[in-house]
Amino acid sequence: MLPITLHQHSSFPVWLFSEATAVCRSSRALPLGLLGLVLLVGALPLHAQESPYIVTYDHYLEEPGSLEVEYFSTFGTQRAGNDFHAFWAEFEYGATAWWTTELYFDGQTTFNDSTLFTGFRWENRFRLLQREHFINPVLYIEYEQTSGADKILKEVEGHDVEADYAVPNAIARQEHDHEIESKLLLSSTFDGWNVAENTIATKNVTGGNPWEFGYAIGASRPLALKASAQRCSFCPENFIAGVEMYGGLGDRYSFGLHNTSHYLAPVIAWNLPSDWTLRLSPGFGLNDNSHRFLLRWGVSREFSGFGAAVSRLFGGRQ
Amino acid sequence: MRPQTFTLVLLLALTRGVACAQDRSNPAVKNNSVYTELAKAPKKAATRRNPLATDPDAAAAGSKLFSLHCAECHGDMAEGTRKAPSLLADEVQRATPGTLFWLLTNGVVRRGMPVWSKLPEAQRWQLVSFIKSMTPASKPAGGEPPHSAPH
Repeated sequence: MLPITLHQHSSFPVWLFSEATAVCRSSRALPLGLLGLVLLVGALPLHAQESPYIVTYDHYLEEPGSLEVEYFSTFGTQRAGNDFHAFWAEFEYGATAWWTTELYFDGQTTFNDSTLFTGFRWENRFRLLQREHFINPVLYIEYEQTSGADKILKEVEGHDVEADYAVPNAIARQEHDHEIESKLLLSSTFDGWNVAENTIATKNVTGGNPWEFGYAIGASRPLALKASAQRCSFCPENFIAGVEMYGGLGDRYSFGLHNTSHYLAPVIAWNLPSDWTLRLSPGFGLNDNSHRFLLRWGVSREFSGFGAAVSRLFGGRQ
Repeated sequence: MRPQTFTLVLLLALTRGVACAQDRSNPAVKNNSVYTELAKAPKKAATRRNPLATDPDAAAAGSKLFSLHCAECHGDMAEGTRKAPSLLADEVQRATPGTLFWLLTNGVVRRGMPVWSKLPEAQRWQLVSFIKSMTPASKPAGGEPPHSAPH
C-alpha cells in the first residue's frame, strides 16, 4: 500500500505539487507517484500521433492549447556500481503552433542505495519557419536545475561517461547544477520516413564549466502509411518504429569523441485509439565509456483543450 | 522562494499568458479572411490529384482521422468553432484536393493551425477525401450524402 493521498478533484497545479511532495517520502512511491500523475489528470478530450523517439526531437510541436502528460523510465546497468532506475514526468503544452513549452520532474532509484528527486527542467521549442520545407529547423532552449545524482540520460553531452553515474547518491546529490541547454533540431519527412538530427550545446552556469556538446539522430516510419477505416488497436499504422543514436562530443576545450559515450537504440511507439501512446526502447552502449544497456519505456496521453480550460478559469473567452 | 512555489507561479503565469495570447490571436473569432490562406497554394500543389480519389475506403478512413486530429478545433461535424473555421464553407468545398492537401501539409502556423506533415501523405489524402465528401454549407442538408462521390 502506498503512502500517497491523491487529490483528483483539486485544481491541477495544487495536486501536482502535493503529489510530488508526498511521493518523495517513499522510495517505492516516487516512480509510481509520477506515473499516477499521468494516469489521473482530468478528463479532457484528447488525441495522439506521437513519434517513437525518446531522446531525439523531430520538428513537430504540440498542438496549440493541448497538454501532453508523459511518464518515462530508464533502467540502466552500471559497471563498478549499482544499476539504477531513473524516471521523469513531463508536461508538454502547445502554447502556439510555433511554440511548445515543457516542464520535467526527474527522479531516480539506485539499487542498494536510495531514491531521490533530482530536479526539474523547463524546455521551450520554437519553430523557425512557418511552412514545411525539406529540412525544418526548430530552436530548443532549456533551463535545468538538477543535482549531480540525476540519471535520466535525456541527453548525453560533453564527456558524460558511465563512471560518472557510479557515485553514491549521498555524495552526488550535493552537487547542484544550473544548466542552459540549447539545441538546433533539424527534421525532414518524406515517403513516410522522418529523419531528425539534433545538435546540443550546454553550459553549466555554476562554476567555470565550459560549453559541452552532444548530438542525437533518429529515423522512424509508421508500419503502414494508409489509415484503416475502422478504429483498431493493432492496425499497423498505429505503430511507428525506428532507431536513434546519441552521444557526447566533448567540450569547448576538447571537442571530439575522446572520452565520450554513445548509444544506439531501436525505438517503437504504439499510438492507441484510446489516445494513449506507449514507447519502448532498448539502448546499447557503443563503447567502454557507455552503460552497456539502457531500457527505456514511456506512456503518454494528450489532453486537448487544456489551454482553453485554463483561459476560462481566469475569465478568458475560450 | 522555494523551488516548488517558484515553479507553481511560473506555470500559472505561463498558462495565463499563453491563454491570453491565444485569445488575441484567435483567427476564427476576429478575422473572416482565414480562407484566403487557400489561395496561397502554389499552382503546382493546387493541381495535384488525389491518388486515393477512387479508393472506396478513403473517405471513411479520413473520417476516422478527422475525429482524431481535427474535430477538436474544427468541430465534430466540421462546422467550425471559435478556434478554427468551418470546413463546410464554400471556400473549402470549392478548393481543389491539391489545395487542401497543401494546406494540411503546411498548416497556417501564425494563425494557430499546426503542420500535419507528421501524418503520412496517404493519410493526408484520406483526410482530403473526407473533407471533400462533406455537404457544402450552401447546399441543403441531405442534398448529397457524405462519402458518396470520389474526388
